[in-house]
Amino acid sequence: MHQYKKYAYIAMACIVGESVFELIIPLLMSDIVDVGVANGDRAYIFRQGALMVGCALISLILGAGSSRFAALAGQGFGAELRKAEYKKLQEFSFANMDRFRVSSLVTRLTSDITNIQNTVATGMRPACRSPVMLVMALSVAFSMNMKLAFVFCVALPILAVLLLYIIIHVRPLYTHMQGAIDMINRRIRENLTAIRVVKAYVRDDHEIEKFNESNEALQNVSERAFRFSALNMPAMQLVMYSTILCILWFGSQIIGAGEMEVGKLTGFLSYVLQILNSLMMLSNVFMMITRSLASGRRVMEVIDEKIEITDEQAEKVMEKEGKPLEVEKGDIVFDHVWFKYKKQAKEYVLSDIDLHISPGQTVGIIGQTGSAKSTLIQLIPRLYEATEGEVRVDGRPVADYPVHVLRDAIAVVLQKNTLFSGSIRDNLRWGKADATDEEIAEACRIACADEFIQRMPDGYDTELGQGGVNVSGGQKQRLCIARAILKSPKVLILDDSTSAVDTATEARIREGLAHKLPHMTKIIIAQRISSVMHADQIVVLSEGRIHAIGDHQTLLKTDEIYQDIYNSQKEGAML
Amino acid sequence: MARYFGYKRPKDTKKALKALLHYLGFHKWMLLLVILLIIISTGANITGTYLLKPVINNYIIPGDIPGLIRTLILMGIMYGCGVAATYGYTQLMVHTSQKVIREIRRDLFKHMQKLPVGYFDSHTHGELMSRFTNDVDTVQEALNNSFSLMIQSFLMLTGTVSMLVVLSIRLSVIVFAFLILMILFIKYNGKRSKAYFNRQQECLGHINGFVEEMVAGQKVEKVFNHEAEDFEEFCRRNEELRKASTSALTYASMTIPTIVSLSYINYAVSACVGGMFAISGLVDLGTLASYLVYVRQSAMPFNQFTQQVNFILAALSGAERIFEMMDEPAEVDEGQIKLTNVHISKDGSQTVCEHYTGDFAWQLPEGQLIPLKGDVRFKNVTFGYTPEKTILHDISLYAKPGQKIAFVGSTGAGKTTIIQLINRFYEVTDGEITYDGIDVRDIKKDDLRRSLSMVIQDTHLFTGTIADNIRYGRLDATDEEVEAAAKVANADSFIRRLPDGYQTMLHSDGSNLSQGQRQLLSIARAAISRPPVLILDEATSSIDTRTERLIEKGMDALMNNRTVFVIAHRLSTVRNSKAILVLEQGEIIERGSHDELVDQKGRYYQLYTGQFELE
Repeated sequence: MHQYKKYAYIAMACIVGESVFELIIPLLMSDIVDVGVANGDRAYIFRQGALMVGCALISLILGAGSSRFAALAGQGFGAELRKAEYKKLQEFSFANMDRFRVSSLVTRLTSDITNIQNTVATGMRPACRSPVMLVMALSVAFSMNMKLAFVFCVALPILAVLLLYIIIHVRPLYTHMQGAIDMINRRIRENLTAIRVVKAYVRDDHEIEKFNESNEALQNVSERAFRFSALNMPAMQLVMYSTILCILWFGSQIIGAGEMEVGKLTGFLSYVLQILNSLMMLSNVFMMITRSLASGRRVMEVIDEKIEITDEQAEKVMEKEGKPLEVEKGDIVFDHVWFKYKKQAKEYVLSDIDLHISPGQTVGIIGQTGSAKSTLIQLIPRLYEATEGEVRVDGRPVADYPVHVLRDAIAVVLQKNTLFSGSIRDNLRWGKADATDEEIAEACRIACADEFIQRMPDGYDTELGQGGVNVSGGQKQRLCIARAILKSPKVLILDDSTSAVDTATEARIREGLAHKLPHMTKIIIAQRISSVMHADQIVVLSEGRIHAIGDHQTLLKTDEIYQDIYNSQKEGAML
Repeated sequence: MARYFGYKRPKDTKKALKALLHYLGFHKWMLLLVILLIIISTGANITGTYLLKPVINNYIIPGDIPGLIRTLILMGIMYGCGVAATYGYTQLMVHTSQKVIREIRRDLFKHMQKLPVGYFDSHTHGELMSRFTNDVDTVQEALNNSFSLMIQSFLMLTGTVSMLVVLSIRLSVIVFAFLILMILFIKYNGKRSKAYFNRQQECLGHINGFVEEMVAGQKVEKVFNHEAEDFEEFCRRNEELRKASTSALTYASMTIPTIVSLSYINYAVSACVGGMFAISGLVDLGTLASYLVYVRQSAMPFNQFTQQVNFILAALSGAERIFEMMDEPAEVDEGQIKLTNVHISKDGSQTVCEHYTGDFAWQLPEGQLIPLKGDVRFKNVTFGYTPEKTILHDISLYAKPGQKIAFVGSTGAGKTTIIQLINRFYEVTDGEITYDGIDVRDIKKDDLRRSLSMVIQDTHLFTGTIADNIRYGRLDATDEEVEAAAKVANADSFIRRLPDGYQTMLHSDGSNLSQGQRQLLSIARAAISRPPVLILDEATSSIDTRTERLIEKGMDALMNNRTVFVIAHRLSTVRNSKAILVLEQGEIIERGSHDELVDQKGRYYQLYTGQFELE
């Protein structure tokens, strides 16, 4: 950051220097007419002329310098800010992410930063120039004639008050405007993603009506905002013209009293514009800042977000024991765990979960849509924090482990999984950055992914599009499993990760996991009975509570939900 | 202001300008008034400056106080008019430009709704969004400020330059030479900075793409502890962008100081030459003094003018992209046949009804009624999204009214394509689809789609309450009907457990619901629409089989005697269908009921016994 500050100072110095030269040049000029021409001194004229050109060239160099350094400072600042925001975003826990929407996080990282950056880059020149101009021009005016310059003492505060009034009133309007813009963008985005739904239900008129409402609201608020901010132009003119008239009037009296020459009056008038203009520029800068303030606030919301899951407790443990904890076995205990996503929520998503999973066990979790199966397993790698009760791994609370240690040891294949653009190999290496080809091939063999990868034209080097669009659902799931296996975790959690894989292949994956990785604890969430029936214990969840635990045979005899699920699939193709 | 850099020059300036003028044309009296007011305001300004000399020479120097007061009052009135005119045109311009922008936005959105589905497949959302955001913004920016500023600075520039010519033709040659020099510089610099801008835009695209992908996949990143690697990649792209944008900005912002310096050199040269002239007696001292004042003044409007031209060009290139989208051909809709509710009396005769009766008919333009039965037939249909790649080959199929027809097949086999041809999201390349014996192309598109309720693979929910989302299927449904539909879809129980029940607000495509819950809502939305024909495209893929069974029961009751198309890769979903069609690579390879297909021991049997993987 400091480097950009340095550039900013240099840029400011250049701008100030440039402004000074701009004031010197007219002074040199007046000498050409008053001295050179009056005395008929050609050499003097040329000397002054050359001096002026010289000054112009210096100011050109300074101007070029200010452009360069202002660009370095502005873009550097923007880059640093973007980096800081991204870094912060990476620290977000799942609960933090849920609070922001994906689309809003993307705008906060892209267009909001660009906005701020542009404000800095364009605003720097007027922001530095106008105070210099104001001070210089005022002091020249005062040195010319103290009495007459007092006109400015009245005019400037009046203009300042007017401009301040405008800025104060425009600010909340801009905030409203931003809200209206967000609204309209949301509508457009929604219609883009859901265009098929809109068309299928022939709701275009309905959508257009909703859009028109938002559109009109936006027009109203932005018209009010821009109208207010457009007031500074007539306000400026009003003060400027009144000042000119006053100067003419008082000037004539001062001249009449013989206290000033006529020539000075003309010179004085030329400063009116400069003085008021610099104030006006300053107000424009404020206006620009006001507009980008909304962006700034949105960026700061991300940067100031309180991270919910930290290594605080793990650090204390580390201090006490001298080294960070490691997950050794993969033993998992849920000790009367209650959970809800938001503190304000009335009902718990998980209620009184009491469960023990021994190392190397295979556990199936089954239950209705919305029975909180995914929520349950996300507490193990501390993606969320239990609201009450405790989740323990190898007998220690999960918070005792540094987050990265815990997550290295516990691999989750999420239900909504993502592959990234890049080759298949790149994607698999997410599991282990330095994995050898042999390790990768082995993981793919276990996940039954090797067969289709080999059939692809470029094998492991096949490029995947964004989100892995060029592989089918079942293939994607198998790649995600392979990626997780590569981590060689102590615990592997598959959250509905084989739903698109056929039952025969799924059985082979299950066997591979059982034989090749016998010591790994495996937790499988599934819809299909066939996916979990071989597990050592099966947990039946219902509305966030454990309804029953047992193996396939026991549950089939005793648990009505399990029987229901079984029956619904019995005659089907699922067995 | 902020968009001064990074503009792209429009490809076809004239066309974009014409389209924009068309919109401005709706407000031409308003704009004429604006121009008039600008002339008054600028006139007051220029005349004021011009009057200073006579005021000083004629009244102040001789000490003519009454004359001075008179003139000052006159000037005051003139200035007052100027201020009023300024107030008037700035306010009017804001009003007009906001109105124009609203109209453009409205028409763009309206047109977007008419575009064929294929258009959205071939353009990314980000790209289309930026028409509404960035491009509309640049146009707005230009209309808000640049339009009036350009006229104003143009007037000032011509005013000053003509004063220069009037004062001394010979001296003004120097000014013209410098003006040409400045224009050349602006052109040269523009060209040079353009290359950097293209590079900047490219880098911006890179980093935005990266951010978008990473934010979407952030949960995976967490699970894999992959933060450090991604951060490194982010920093690399960030640095790239920083370099590119620094160069671009440096060159772009060079324009102003260079023009200013050039104008000073112009000033110096004019002063020297003018001085020589004065000594040689070619020009008198007073004229030289005021000439030089004007030379100095000419720089400002010139500078402003060139700046505004940049804004306007940026706006035109934005306008070009906007109108490009508006010029996209809309969906073809030449059908005449309409869908109507009918009342069927005991003797079987039908009469047209305004309200919902549960019975529908197709109404020909001549008024004849054909009862809607849901008899869908494909006759030798061939289709490809692009002419080079055929997806469906010579498909012929029929769905008898009241039947449940299922499609089974791998991803890419063409299941979804088939149903998107029925409701004409896409048009068949060859062959014909008939609906109750009518070619679907003869049916009015909206009516065709109204007759089919579709639950598609990707569930999409809208910002609003849960009840609003269900009601999307039929806007005038009562609360009781909403709840009844939710019960059919088995969504009632989970909705009741939400903090605000049916009034719970959904944000951002319902991201606070699980995939299964979203599917339940989509089904409820279809259920409430009470359609003659229902299409379920992987509608229950994330729903557990037990719930699915309950939904099936509810839907069967609702769709009694109506045609239902089901697409699924889970065979338990399609098992109870009357006819199951197995698709492979765009062709139907098997057809029959579950039992028949199992007996056939073909591909379906393999799927059923788990020997073969779908997808």
